[in-house]
Amino acid sequence: MEAAVAEPGNLAGVRHIILVLSGKGGVGKSTISTELALALRHAGKKVGILDVDLCGPSIPRMLQAQGRAVHQCDGGWVPVFVDQEQTVSLMSVGFLLEKPDEAVVWRGPKKNALIKQFVADVAWGQLDYLVVDTPPGTSDEHMAAVEALRPHSPLGAIVVTTPQAVSVGDVRRELTFCKKTGLRVIGVVENMSGFVCPHCAALCPWTPSSRGAWRRAETSSKSFPTALPFTPSPP
Amino acid sequence: MEETPHNCPGTGSAQAGRGAACQGCPNQRLCASGAGETPDPAIEEIKEKMKTVKHKILVLSGKGGVGKSTFSAHLAHALAEDENTQVALLDIDICGPSIPKIMGLEGEQVHQSGSGWSPVFLEDNLGVMSVGFLLSSPDDAVIWRGPKKNGMIKQFLRDVDWGEVDYLIVDTPPGTSDEHLSVVQYLAAARIDGAVIITTPQEVSLQDVRKEISFCHKVKLPIIGVVENMSGFVCPKCKKESQIFPPTTGGAEAMCQDLKIPLLGKVPLDPHIGKSCDEGRSFLIDAPNSPATLAYRSIIQMRLAPYSKNVSAVPARASLRSNGPPASGQSPSGRSPRVPGAAGAAASEGGSPSQTRSRRRGGGAQ
Repeated sequence: MEAAVAEPGNLAGVRHIILVLSGKGGVGKSTISTELALALRHAGKKVGILDVDLCGPSIPRMLQAQGRAVHQCDGGWVPVFVDQEQTVSLMSVGFLLEKPDEAVVWRGPKKNALIKQFVADVAWGQLDYLVVDTPPGTSDEHMAAVEALRPHSPLGAIVVTTPQAVSVGDVRRELTFCKKTGLRVIGVVENMSGFVCPHCAALCPWTPSSRGAWRRAETSSKSFPTALPFTPSPP
Repeated sequence: MEETPHNCPGTGSAQAGRGAACQGCPNQRLCASGAGETPDPAIEEIKEKMKTVKHKILVLSGKGGVGKSTFSAHLAHALAEDENTQVALLDIDICGPSIPKIMGLEGEQVHQSGSGWSPVFLEDNLGVMSVGFLLSSPDDAVIWRGPKKNGMIKQFLRDVDWGEVDYLIVDTPPGTSDEHLSVVQYLAAARIDGAVIITTPQEVSLQDVRKEISFCHKVKLPIIGVVENMSGFVCPKCKKESQIFPPTTGGAEAMCQDLKIPLLGKVPLDPHIGKSCDEGRSFLIDAPNSPATLAYRSIIQMRLAPYSKNVSAVPARASLRSNGPPASGQSPSGRSPRVPGAAGAAASEGGSPSQTRSRRRGGGAQ
């Protein structure tokens, strides 16, 4: 993709943008996006969350912001603030649906157009971090988000996986996507590393470990960065 | 396939060929002439192709990671345990094709013959197709926009020589987008039996699954029922059950009651499922006495195999894997289709045409 000239606009006041990606569904992208935003707020930062999972927008529920309305101002759409101090703001297609169970049955071009609007027309204001939650895969939403956000650096990605080899396989493809689109990989997070039994407090593997799969991927893959922080999340 | 403009209004739109985004598009004149409004001829071609396929089941979920591919694979395994049942498994998750790994078929290639693309056969009566077979490396990413994915799905349905099939199971990616619209559109004339919708118990999944159900209603896709996966976890140490994904809003049972949709069953989470999937084996064979296996078999036998007379609790054969290459003198040949644009992709040149379905039981020359 060609480099675009940075335009002053609604992202002018955003200092850092982090995409949360995974080739695999259900690994915890939205959970990690939410926890990351809340952790950054706890560290005194002002954070925005952009939810570009148009078919399955999970962030409003995770932040107990379902049913909130989106208002307009001179600068565009006002993001929904999820706290009284207005340190965490959120934009999601979930706020634009008439009914919560309404399906967004759109083909790629329409999804691309809305994502571009989310980037260009939401008045994010001054933010330390904008966390962008994405759906699984390497398709329209991801390309649209990267293209729209690219002029606004620094841009980096966190890739989320779970221990199974099936997840690691999809993550390898996602890392290829990052490499091809020039997206800097901040690191990989392994989620759901184990499960603590509430009865006996034993740490149980609920799925086989990927350590072997990661080692094979690191040695054979051309897409893995040479230094790849690997942070097992607590279960 | 040519890339479409970023703001393409869609070939079926009233603005097709007329919008600002259409300027410079190679298909602008075609769209403006109204050709985009005519039905895709592939729909009729696929209808013809599907005449040899008795039952078509889509496995859907609005939510990712709930076990669609695991369920699709094990449904295929269970149905194929009856040697008289011909089963086909089609993976239309173009960006994240899991089926080759789960079925133990990573690295297999697709070959072409005079009658089309030949699926990869795990057993004589179990054929599989996935974009994963068209990638030359595990790192290859399919970074395609919707129209290109749609084209691949059309090819899978129109150009794969499935032959006489009792069950075609279609594994889908999460969501309600191009892949789902396309498979429903292309199979519109061929009659889909229905959709099995997979969920996990927690509300974050259910809210996406309700959207999927809404999608099914919108496109008039019958819903066979819902399977609640990862429904309870038995600790291997103390053997007590707990909920990894608590059903805070009543789980799939409450949702199904509310929406008047059958709940086909609940499958508990067994860590051995992940191990079998990672190693490409049938969990139903690996752990025949696991509560998860019993749940799967109950769902499949009681609710999804009404026409399969010989499905039983005991598999007909101990090993589901046929070993070795095709019989001598029957080597597959012809061009191996490859995904254009994938890193390192290259088509292999073939020799003289020969039958590519030599593993088909009782087949002989096709």
